[in-house]
Amino acid sequence: MNEKVDLTLTVNGQRHAIRVEPRKTLVDAIRDDCGQTGTHAGCEHGVCGACTILLDGEPVRSCLMFAIQCEGRDIRTVEGLANGNELHPLQQSFIDHHALQCGFCTPGFLMLAAGVLRKRPDIGDEELIDLLSSNLCRCTGYANIIKAVKAVRDGLAQA
Amino acid sequence: MKPAPFKYHRPTTLDEALAILAEVAEEDGRILAGGQTLVPMMALRLAYPPHLVDINAIPELARTRVEDGRLAIGALVRHADLQAPLGCPPLDGLLAEVASHIAHYPIRTRGTFCGSLANADPASEWCLVAATLGAEFVIRSADGTRSVGVEDYFQGVMATAIGPGEMLVEARLPLLPADSLWGFYEFSRRAGDFALGMALATLRLEGGVVGEARIGVGGAEEHPRRIAEAEAALVGRAPDEAAFRAAAAKAAAVIDPLEDHATDGTYRRELVETVVRRALSAAMAHRQARPRTEIEARS
Repeated sequence: MNEKVDLTLTVNGQRHAIRVEPRKTLVDAIRDDCGQTGTHAGCEHGVCGACTILLDGEPVRSCLMFAIQCEGRDIRTVEGLANGNELHPLQQSFIDHHALQCGFCTPGFLMLAAGVLRKRPDIGDEELIDLLSSNLCRCTGYANIIKAVKAVRDGLAQA
Repeated sequence: MKPAPFKYHRPTTLDEALAILAEVAEEDGRILAGGQTLVPMMALRLAYPPHLVDINAIPELARTRVEDGRLAIGALVRHADLQAPLGCPPLDGLLAEVASHIAHYPIRTRGTFCGSLANADPASEWCLVAATLGAEFVIRSADGTRSVGVEDYFQGVMATAIGPGEMLVEARLPLLPADSLWGFYEFSRRAGDFALGMALATLRLEGGVVGEARIGVGGAEEHPRRIAEAEAALVGRAPDEAAFRAAAAKAAAVIDPLEDHATDGTYRRELVETVVRRALSAAMAHRQARPRTEIEARS
């Protein structure tokens, strides 16, 4: 049962050939085996949302999936948001609105918001606040995170 | 914590899945669908199944279809799939509203309708829907298929009619008649938390009074169920606040409340009174918000 298996994960378009036990969660494989440590492991049982990534475009908790389930899937993490030296609008907006302090929860919030704004650029305020209640932040009190995401949404509406 | 080791199986057909399940059932092999309850339980070492049968590579299980007056929901249909219109109003509107109360969006993109029914948590919204509307449960094993009605399905806290080696492959919900009014109300301390109490009501009016009523309560007892005494208190009466209060008081009086260190029986009874009353009020509010129901068209 502890036998390792070979599999290939595609993280931000880059293929990583790894060898892991079936019980290895996706977040641990992304961090330990693919070396992409931007995704954070917080509670490791699906409550905090720090490990949120995009799987085929949908935000999911990467601590609640096993890496072995994700071969051939499109995995997007916080490392894939910026375009070279140019930050993603959400990343810049988090800075502009002081939407992070310690930064531990930030990758999860960014991927959650990025995934949903791509599908729903016109999401309403009430739904957006409900959405952002998915993840935990112990520093900011959420108000600035909500402001930062709203600002990007409003920018998309004008574009 | 990290999950204990297990052997991973990834069948690509239902028959293959059932064959593997038959082999590993005695050792507590489990089905892995959305994993949004099972994987946390494994991480907390409250569950350590030696085999996981991942059904995510069986696309036929990811479908919904309307057939014989029922909406059939396959074992891989995610909560989020039920937030979109399914072409069977007013039932699909009810499902979309209820789905929005289940955990949070990133959980709803993975967790499944049938997984919630199989897990049978007392606070499961889908178990409340199944109990209130009268779902049929299609359960398969390598030996064959059987169909179980809601009256035999729920057997206690997280206990169902599904036996070792069996899998819930589909749940079928009766469609709601076009003139059905429905209302749902859930109370939890924070958005996305488990419900401490919730109610689902469907009503049909005949000549200005309640002709048919279904009132289900969840989160308050060992498993969600219809409360016949509350329904009886409503039928034949005008759908007004006084009638809703009477039905809600009945529900609160007859339940056998779950108790825990933070929530005693008295609190749960009072909560049941409130959620039933609010679900019934929500049903009438929906009626006003929907000008195209038969009732409105006639007046």
